[in-house]
Amino acid sequence: MDVVQNLVTTFNFILQGVWVTIGVTLVALSVGLVFGVAMAMARVYGPPFLQAVAAVYSVIVRAVPVVVIIFILFFVIARFVNLSPFWAGSLALGFASGAYQSEIFRGAFQAVPPGQMIAARAIGMSKLQAIQSIILPQAVRLALPAWGNEATLVLKDSTLVFVVGVPEILRRAQQVSARTLEPFMAFSVAMLLYLILTLVTTQVLQWFERRYRLQM
Amino acid sequence: MESFVQLLNNVLPSLLQGVGVTLQIAAVSLLLGMAIGLPVGVGRVYGPRWLQRALAAYITLFQGTPLLIQLFLVYYGLPDLGLTLGRMEAAFLTLGLNSGAYQAEYLRGALQSVGEGQMTAARAIGMSKWLAVRSIILPQALRLVLPAWSNEAIAMLKYTAVVFLIAVPDLMGQAKILSSRYFAPIPIYMIVAVFYIVLVGATYLLLRQLERKLHIPGLTGETH
Repeated sequence: MDVVQNLVTTFNFILQGVWVTIGVTLVALSVGLVFGVAMAMARVYGPPFLQAVAAVYSVIVRAVPVVVIIFILFFVIARFVNLSPFWAGSLALGFASGAYQSEIFRGAFQAVPPGQMIAARAIGMSKLQAIQSIILPQAVRLALPAWGNEATLVLKDSTLVFVVGVPEILRRAQQVSARTLEPFMAFSVAMLLYLILTLVTTQVLQWFERRYRLQM
Repeated sequence: MESFVQLLNNVLPSLLQGVGVTLQIAAVSLLLGMAIGLPVGVGRVYGPRWLQRALAAYITLFQGTPLLIQLFLVYYGLPDLGLTLGRMEAAFLTLGLNSGAYQAEYLRGALQSVGEGQMTAARAIGMSKWLAVRSIILPQALRLVLPAWSNEAIAMLKYTAVVFLIAVPDLMGQAKILSSRYFAPIPIYMIVAVFYIVLVGATYLLLRQLERKLHIPGLTGETH
């Protein structure tokens, strides 16, 4: 009976971490989306100086392990503002994801035929207007499959904020295993919950892709 | 500036040791992943139905969950089942199993992109299925899979950065010890970041040379 009781305790304890994991993932994805779109725009349509900045950001951040970026930004952020580990960790993860998302959106921007920009400018739109109302709506839909892939990667990488003490799935699994002394059970439950999360996310994203896919 | 040079002098020897461990883990895990990924990829395409299902389950399990949880399950969890592994062994096994799942998927894509007509032709001249796979399909698929495999090698280099969480003294492991000894986390992790950039950059250039050399002549494929 002890095993069953432990399993219930373990499950309930880790389950609360699921919401934290989802929160970290959503914050990081949104931050990364803002960074990614801005950097991709700078890279494709910006002046040479901004193009260089965006390129350096993308190359450097993608060459460094995400966990290293989380460490650096966590300490840098802590020096200036007093943020909770949740926000500091999520922002750092978002900053890292932004580099990967910038590559996705750069590809999508470049896949929109350049004639459209010329046409938009010819009818008197400003460059920003053209991007906003002609290019971006198409690029976002073109980027969907690759973006969905990145979303599941961020979901899995969200467990890295464990290192700064955010009580997400893995941290809670570790805590409960210290109490029940059954690490195999705790980490198996954590793995199972994650598997459910990624499988559900993949299904939802596939549905989105089918619904909004744009072929050129 | 003076103090930064001083710090650099103090931390460099340990960090270089860490680089050695990082490279060792990446290399062993990549090879282990290949040893797993090769048969799994072939079995996934040409095996009997039940085997395909079982291998798909293995791939989903390792691709659908974070590496860090897999690492903790292997290192802290397996002793519950009577299998106690050392830190390095746990790192090799987890990263190898993880990479094996990804490498199997890349190989599956490559195997499936070799024209089906070749299999039919090989069977028509009397080859068995396995002989055809071994001597006709696989040699082509292995060269097709190289770009994806290069990406996996670079990803592996970065993935190794989590093994310090089971106290493996890799680059990150050394950095963690040093940053609490010298109370200077930001510069030390910055130096670590530079190390990773150099490692990843060098690996990238090396593998691109290899890709050029082993490219199938006349076959145009996109290489990123």
